Amino acid sequence: MTTELLRIDGVTKAYPGVVANSDVSFAISKGEIHALLGENGAGKSTLVKMIYGLVKPDSGSMALHGQPYAPARPSAARNSGVAMVFQHFSLFEALNVAENVALGMENPPPMRTLAEKISAVSTEYGLPLDPTRRVGDLSAGERQRVEIVRCLLQDPKLLIMDEPTSVLTPQEVDILFQTLRQLSAEGTAILYISHKLEEIRALCDEATILRRGKVVGTCTPRDVSARDMAEMMVGAVLTPPARSARKDWGDAHAALEVTGLSAASPIPFGTSLKDITFSVQRGEVLGIAGVAGNGQDELLLALSGELRSAPEMVKCFGSPIGDTPPNARRALGFVAAPEDRLGHAAAPDMSLVENAFLSGAVRKTLTRNGFIDWSKTKRWAEEVVAQYDVRTPGTWVAARALSGGNLQKFLIGRELSQAPEVVIINQPTWGVDAAAAAFIRQEILDRAQDGAAVVVISQDLDDLLEVSDRFAALNEGRLTPARPTEGLTVDEIGLMMGGAHGMEVAHHG
Amino acid sequence: MDFGGINPAVLVASLMVASVPIMLAAIGELVVEKAGVLNLGVEGMMIMGAICGFITAVQTGSPFLGFVGGAVGAAGLSLVFAVLTQVLQANQVATGLALTLFGLGLSSLMGQGYVGIKPPLTSQVPFGPLADLPVLGRILFNHDPMVYLSIIIIAAVWAVLKFSRMGLVLRAVGESHDAAHALGYKVTRIRILAILFGGAMAGLGGAYLSLVRVPQWTDGITAGAGWIALAIVVFASWKPWRVLIGAYLFGGISVLQLNLQAAGARIPVEYLSMSPYVITIIVLVIMSSGKGRASMNAPAALGQNFHASR
Repeated sequence: MTTELLRIDGVTKAYPGVVANSDVSFAISKGEIHALLGENGAGKSTLVKMIYGLVKPDSGSMALHGQPYAPARPSAARNSGVAMVFQHFSLFEALNVAENVALGMENPPPMRTLAEKISAVSTEYGLPLDPTRRVGDLSAGERQRVEIVRCLLQDPKLLIMDEPTSVLTPQEVDILFQTLRQLSAEGTAILYISHKLEEIRALCDEATILRRGKVVGTCTPRDVSARDMAEMMVGAVLTPPARSARKDWGDAHAALEVTGLSAASPIPFGTSLKDITFSVQRGEVLGIAGVAGNGQDELLLALSGELRSAPEMVKCFGSPIGDTPPNARRALGFVAAPEDRLGHAAAPDMSLVENAFLSGAVRKTLTRNGFIDWSKTKRWAEEVVAQYDVRTPGTWVAARALSGGNLQKFLIGRELSQAPEVVIINQPTWGVDAAAAAFIRQEILDRAQDGAAVVVISQDLDDLLEVSDRFAALNEGRLTPARPTEGLTVDEIGLMMGGAHGMEVAHHG
Repeated sequence: MDFGGINPAVLVASLMVASVPIMLAAIGELVVEKAGVLNLGVEGMMIMGAICGFITAVQTGSPFLGFVGGAVGAAGLSLVFAVLTQVLQANQVATGLALTLFGLGLSSLMGQGYVGIKPPLTSQVPFGPLADLPVLGRILFNHDPMVYLSIIIIAAVWAVLKFSRMGLVLRAVGESHDAAHALGYKVTRIRILAILFGGAMAGLGGAYLSLVRVPQWTDGITAGAGWIALAIVVFASWKPWRVLIGAYLFGGISVLQLNLQAAGARIPVEYLSMSPYVITIIVLVIMSSGKGRASMNAPAALGQNFHASR
């Protein structure tokens, strides 16, 4: 098992303004599960794109089986036995499973043979799939299987997996890990990209840690504690958010009360909300877990007022507001931060000042006699930038120009600094680095301390376990009853999230 | 066998002829839209096809070369659109509208010396005794080659989109250019080729107008046929065989209203002339009132520009 499969030697890649990879070297042997560990923006994605032929390195060399390896295109990489499972952006919702698989193959067999092969391979690896289903109708876990099966059909020597578990329930993660171990035992090397340390400790043989484009260390994950790896990855000592005792506000009505909320999804291939009931008091944080596509976006729309319901379905301090539009709810103290940053939370081509105005106009009274008070808006945008450590040349730059993590910090800051009564956030720490994530979590707790009722919707269990007082899960548009977060085990959470989504057939014995 | 002065066999035969230009333009646009590009310049490309085809046919004396010339001329104009939208990332809607205006003006300039000339005759396909069959012979076996070619093209586009790898890649590009790019497909190249195909088909349709249907050159000869072709693509939910049905429906209505006018029906002419467009609007309203865009089967990336850096 010591035969070397892939060697990366001194690879450097620079984009205008940033060096994505600088002199990166490491090696993977046959059958090894190798972790590539690093924060967002550490250069993991650029590195694997070079291995997969999507990006060409500026300097440095790669070797596969001891031969020089420089794939000009993904198809060249696939021909050499390198396959990749993408984080997102690689499936076609309107096409069926077999068509999606065919698109990722060099010489696909006729559709009927391919469909049989898909059924056979997917059952063999414990990932059952129906080749005729439309991908738009599949759950996130099933979609990922489509990608994995697409790779497996090409008999890869090296399988690259980019953050594969971010969309899975804990049970689905277990199934995936069994599949990966089976592959590794058959001699396939796996390059596993993640920032989830416990997973890497459970799965990987070796780890290479990247920070700001450079290799800052290698280790054997089983022998190192998660905390040590995290500190290598971040380059600083991390402190978990501090939480002080909850104050009882003694309200007669909950700040936010949702009763029997049902609504059809306005999003194509969306999930409609079914009979959702919960309530949040002032000073309380309700965490809502769930795998992507189980109604998170729709729930946020219904709470922010973009999706109207019957008046009695949503109540604020006892008064029905289910049929009121977003600005009326903002006036009552609602703020909402959607998951989709470009296009939903922010207008990509508008400046940060303009984006600040769009959501803050009502609560920060940024208008005077119907005209925009630009100087006040600008001052406020600058405050948000300073307070939330948004790295930007200025507030005049377009939202599109900020990196994902920086824009997220700005958008969360914009909502949280409006002195809110009710906060609804979807995916608060998506795409931000560990230090910023800790800061955002702390801000959420501080808002609750100030008397806001907070609903945090997230696919990141760490987010939820650190901030929430009570915990519920969305599953196919239904919400489980909320339970106190203290004392919940990961297994219980997994079951609340819907277990393995009808994937019970997987892995017998 | 006449109803109110209209012979049904003649009516069906003439609607088949009348629908050829919009059918060709619509099937071309369908391929373009399946690749995720919205080219609103169909009208401009059709009229370029009409004048280029006319000039080529008159100069060479060959209707066949005329059709080739029409396809090449319109494809040339669509190349302008392709470069602007795919390479220079211009807005597709604005560029498409500009293309129509440009095509109308340029064709008028090119056609100045050709008004009042008769093009060489496009002969009918000789089916021998079949053409003399009662009713059927009149409807099915009494046409020029383009009528049959247009149906063959519909069948070919359907088969390619449904069964071939090329068609699958084309649909994939139109569904999600980011995913297609991640898998290593050349999004820009595929879209440019689709645009050229769409241009060539619109050109064939235009040449059919000036060489067979009218047949002579006048300014603005297409008279909105390109816009009807665009509507047919939506009407057909981006499905090739429904393009055939849609084209026959619209062709049929325009022929019927002409015949009704000639037969002296007591409906004002204006109502008859507006009927194809009214029906277009009704159909679009009914179809879009369903379960949103997905139920209409529209390509998900339609009209979005693609830039590889993302």
